[in-house]
Amino acid sequence: MHPALSIILFTTSSGAGYGLLFLLGLGGAAGLLPTSRGFGLAAFALALGFVTFGLVSSAFHLGHPERAWRAFSQWRSSWLSREAVAAVATYLPALLLALGWTVAGDLSGPWRLVALLTALGAATTVFCTAMIYRSLRAVPRWHSPWTVPGYLLLALITGGVWLLFLLYLFGETPPTPLLHGMPSAVIAAWFVQTAAWRRADRAAPVTTVESATGLGPPGSVRLLDPPHSEANYLLREMAFRIGRRHAAKLRRVTVVSTFALPLAIGLILPFVNRLTALPASLLAALSMSLGVVVERWLFFAEARHTVTLYYGARAV
Amino acid sequence: MTSLPTPAERAGGKSLALLIDLDTCVGCHACAVNCKEWNTGGRFGPLSDRDAYGARPEGAWLNRVHAFETGEEEAGRTVYFPKNCYHCEQAPCVTVCPTGASYKRAEDGIVLVEEELCMGCGLCAWACPYGAREMDPLAQVMRKCTLCIDRIYNEELEEVDRVPACVLTCPAGARHFGDFADPASEVSRLVRERGGYAVMEEMGTAPTARYLPPRVRPRETLAAVEAPEPTDTPGRFLAWVDRLLSG
Repeated sequence: MHPALSIILFTTSSGAGYGLLFLLGLGGAAGLLPTSRGFGLAAFALALGFVTFGLVSSAFHLGHPERAWRAFSQWRSSWLSREAVAAVATYLPALLLALGWTVAGDLSGPWRLVALLTALGAATTVFCTAMIYRSLRAVPRWHSPWTVPGYLLLALITGGVWLLFLLYLFGETPPTPLLHGMPSAVIAAWFVQTAAWRRADRAAPVTTVESATGLGPPGSVRLLDPPHSEANYLLREMAFRIGRRHAAKLRRVTVVSTFALPLAIGLILPFVNRLTALPASLLAALSMSLGVVVERWLFFAEARHTVTLYYGARAV
Repeated sequence: MTSLPTPAERAGGKSLALLIDLDTCVGCHACAVNCKEWNTGGRFGPLSDRDAYGARPEGAWLNRVHAFETGEEEAGRTVYFPKNCYHCEQAPCVTVCPTGASYKRAEDGIVLVEEELCMGCGLCAWACPYGAREMDPLAQVMRKCTLCIDRIYNEELEEVDRVPACVLTCPAGARHFGDFADPASEVSRLVRERGGYAVMEEMGTAPTARYLPPRVRPRETLAAVEAPEPTDTPGRFLAWVDRLLSG
């Protein structure tokens, strides 16, 4: 599949934003995070900044962005529509919570409910994003049980790593559950990523050119002539092949920068002073953010669509 | 509404689609050309191209003719494989549409795009396992086979012309159009008699359209046809010319 920059930026940036919102909501409701105005302002600016940048960049993928408002209408059947509804709906509690955090400086009572709604909205949005891909049977690599946990965990850890950096930036000590939970979450995400790649590499093909054409017993159908001499939309969009040559190398980049390096940093953070923790957590955040972009690029570039069976592929 | 019509809504409705005879298709591309011709000028046109008269023309077509080889040696053959929308009963392209542009009609099963509602996200093209949808490069909305809905119900046309453009133009008579829900229809009869089949059904799409398989020619019949011997006995006129020139 064609790895469109607009969609890669959308899913990774909004993923980090919703991950951060989720942790702010949960941590806020549990009273684990500082209620200082400066921290609140910075945290919500960053989270909503990531989310908004992601949503805006997704509009660049559209042929008619002026009709994007119509995407709120088909939530009964379409995961993309559900995602749009969830994304916009999450702004309400998130902005309210940001207001409570920075103006009221109080996260007790009804604010706790707003905080929980923010966390719920953030998780729901990322879930819907993942389901857009998970539900497409024509792309077997995406139609996998690992797609949803992968999206959720990557959003959670990218949000978490930015939250750690923000806490150190404002001279706060990260709460113990975050400090101890992050390495476990990174390991879980690493595990899911590895499982997703293993499945993609080893799974038996779901369909063949024989099934796509109904001609002949297995192994006997070959494309003789393509239907057109020049490229077309189908080939550009769904028969992307350039990335696969470098896939092994890019997977190593993903592993090191998304999981290994941030995990190592996460493990030493409880034992170092703030002067070390601040640059270390920034390095972890930047490294993971880059790694997730590479991971998402591979998610698209390595995925094969069943339409390629009509253009020379033997099995998908 | 991008929810598929319920079985109750579909009850009594037609299932219109194409039936393509792979035994008789000669791969001339006339169906694809006439499809382009009608759909660029008809109600849903233009169906645009980029660099149409340049070195690398590229555009949206709703019908494409692929050519495959199948079988080995004497049993080997070339099969032309025209491919367009199968108007699936469980059309995945419809349910993924976030704007309500894609829909399946309850009354005849035709899958359509309301282009004024389409935001050009392309998700429906990803959802279709067959590659039946193409983005219009200039209008930036999704295009697909409409089964020539602006022909088949068009009372301005002679009744004989109220069939999809591809069916009308096929010089080999390889394309049929009809109601697969009606067991008495010509397409249903052909499917029964010739073993008509749908493709990639494991995708859960329940395609309506069918293909008729190439007929199997037994080896004996193939062997029985002897290659004609080259002949060097000219007719009377040529023999006279031959004598004249040899003289």
